[in-house]
Amino acid sequence: MKTYNNKAWWLVLPVFVLVAFSAIIPMMTVVNYSVQDIFDPSTRYFVGTEWYREILVDPRLHDSLVRQFIYSFCVLAIEVPLGIVVALSMPRRGLGVPFSLILLSLPLLVPWNVVGTIWQIIGREDIGLYGWTLNSLGLDYNYASNPRDAWITVLVMDVWHWTSLVALLCYSGLRSIPDVYYQAARIDRASHWAVFRFIQLPKLKNVLLIAVMLRFMDSFMIYTEPFVLTGGGPGTATTFLSQTLTQMALGQFDLGRAAAFSLIYFLIILLVTWVFYTAMTHNDDKG
Amino acid sequence: MGWMAWTLPTGLFFAGIAALLVAMTVWQTVSPGRERKGFLPISTSRGDRLFIGLLAAAYGHLLVLALTDWPLWIATAICVAGMAIIMKWG
Repeated sequence: MKTYNNKAWWLVLPVFVLVAFSAIIPMMTVVNYSVQDIFDPSTRYFVGTEWYREILVDPRLHDSLVRQFIYSFCVLAIEVPLGIVVALSMPRRGLGVPFSLILLSLPLLVPWNVVGTIWQIIGREDIGLYGWTLNSLGLDYNYASNPRDAWITVLVMDVWHWTSLVALLCYSGLRSIPDVYYQAARIDRASHWAVFRFIQLPKLKNVLLIAVMLRFMDSFMIYTEPFVLTGGGPGTATTFLSQTLTQMALGQFDLGRAAAFSLIYFLIILLVTWVFYTAMTHNDDKG
Repeated sequence: MGWMAWTLPTGLFFAGIAALLVAMTVWQTVSPGRERKGFLPISTSRGDRLFIGLLAAAYGHLLVLALTDWPLWIATAICVAGMAIIMKWG
């Protein structure tokens, strides 16, 4: 097919400039940092790929990476099905619609550091509703000293904060399904499960793709909430990748090593996101 | 540009990437390509194959750095060959 006019590409220019300043130029700087040992802006030495070699065999990176994958997996495994269930149980008409939409939006409006502080208080065994209730039930719960409790609290906090996003996305997907599909299902006397499996779920695929990618990327980059809640502890039990990176870059001012770390971090996110996107859109092309 | 802490190797690296993107654009304008199915499990356009090749090259270099003591030019040579195979038959 012959292209007659390419002038529309000029319309992309503002976005390109924005992305260049917000992402491409900082990223090029990180690449430059990652091959140097930097003491101050005028004192830096080229070290080649030495930082990469060191970082790739660093047990701290390996431990954080494993924790990060487990955390992101748990987040997706809980929030996606729960978000779908919440969206399916939301009202379709009447006053309940705006009420439930506002209710679900509330956790999304709370800033990350405030979420961490809220859960720091809720989880306390002396004055917190969650911690006090669990201890009253005879469970020995203390998120500050027990790694298992810290993990559960960080996960529950994330579920509380972000399931709404998945639910709202799924709800918008469900609302866009034309009524004729449901009418056809009623004529065929389809069960609730069959309606979900063959009408709602396929129609939700695109919004679920966005939900899964957003939640994966966000959970894989999580920093503020666990940092405020547990400070990465007890020990290093809830120290995820971005906190390890921040300790390296700002705590130790090891900019070259931190830059190499962040590029490896970026490559992991890029690969996983690309695999998700390709797997889901490729099935879309076939079906 | 001093704050970006440029070095000659990273400058050459980014110039190479930019030249690659310009060359791909010119190629697509002069002789438009289509999606096709090669040995990769999905249908890909030229741009897709370039992206896959570059991502594989990045991981290839990291693997060589992590697991071997080979000099880096060996990794680069393998990745260039891999990129050529992906672009031609991928």
